[in-house]
Amino acid sequence: MTVSNIVFYLLSTMILVSGLLAVTSRQIFRSAIYLLFSMIGIAGLYFWLQFEFIAAVQIVVYVGGIVVLIIFSIFLTHRVGSDLPEPDYKRTLFAGLASLFAFVLLWSVIKHNEFYGDQPNGELSVKRIGEEMLNYQQGGFVLPFEVVSILLLAAMIGCIVIAMRTAPSNSPEEGEPGGHKI
Amino acid sequence: MEVSLTQILFLSTALFFIGVYGFLTRRNMITMLMAVELMLNAVNINFIAFNKYLWGGKLDGVFFTIFIIAIAAAEAAVAIAIVINIYRNYASIDVEDADSLKL
Repeated sequence: MTVSNIVFYLLSTMILVSGLLAVTSRQIFRSAIYLLFSMIGIAGLYFWLQFEFIAAVQIVVYVGGIVVLIIFSIFLTHRVGSDLPEPDYKRTLFAGLASLFAFVLLWSVIKHNEFYGDQPNGELSVKRIGEEMLNYQQGGFVLPFEVVSILLLAAMIGCIVIAMRTAPSNSPEEGEPGGHKI
Repeated sequence: MEVSLTQILFLSTALFFIGVYGFLTRRNMITMLMAVELMLNAVNINFIAFNKYLWGGKLDGVFFTIFIIAIAAAEAAVAIAIVINIYRNYASIDVEDADSLKL
C-alpha cells in the first residue's frame, strides 16, 4: 500500500460518494455543489495519472464553466430552500435495479478480460498536444479541431437564438411568464 | 501493489451507472443535465485511462477527451438555454409539464 494507491482510493471515494449524493440529494443546490466536488475529484484523478493539461482543462471548463452555469440556471428557475418533490417509489426501484444489473453485467465483462499493453508511461507535454492538434499530415487532428470550432460557433449562435426574447408586439398574450405560448 | 487499469475501469463504470440512475429517477431538467455530465465524465476517465495504460506513446485518448469536454460545454450551454426558455413558457422545468407536443 503505497502513497499513490492511497491517493487513488481517496479520489475514487470522493468521486463516487459525491456523484451518488449529486443524483440523490433532494435539494437541487446541494446537488449542484456535490457535482462540483465530483468534478474536482475527477480533475485530481487526471493529476494523479499525470495528465496535467487535461486536469487543467477539466477544472477550467467543468468546475469553472459548466457547474457555474448550472448554478446560475438553478437560481433563475428555483426558489431557494425549496426541496424537490419526492420521486415515485416504483420508478426509483426500477431505475436502481436497472443500473445495478447493467453495472454488474459490465463489471463482470471487464473483470474477466485481460488488458495487455505498455505499462503506464506516456509522457505528455502541452507542446506535443498543440503540434498534434494543428498537424495536417496522416494521423493529425486538424480536421476534428476545425469541426469542433464550427460546432462551438453553431452552439453559440443557437443559444442566442433560443434564449432571445421575441418582440412583445407579436401576440397579445406574450410577456406574462406563466402563460402557455404554443 | 500498483493500481491496475481494472480498478480505474471499476471507478468509471460505477460513475457511469450512477449517472444512469440519476437520469432515470430525476424529473427535473437541470438535475437530468447534471446526470448526463456525470456520464460524460465517466467516459472521459475511460479514454484517459486506456490512453495511459495501453497506448503510452500516443495521444488519441487525450484528443477524444478534449473534444468531448468541448462538446459537453456546448451541449450544456444549449440545454440551459432551452431549459430557461421552457421555464419562461411553462413556469416549471419538470419534464412532465412540458407536454404540449403530445396528442
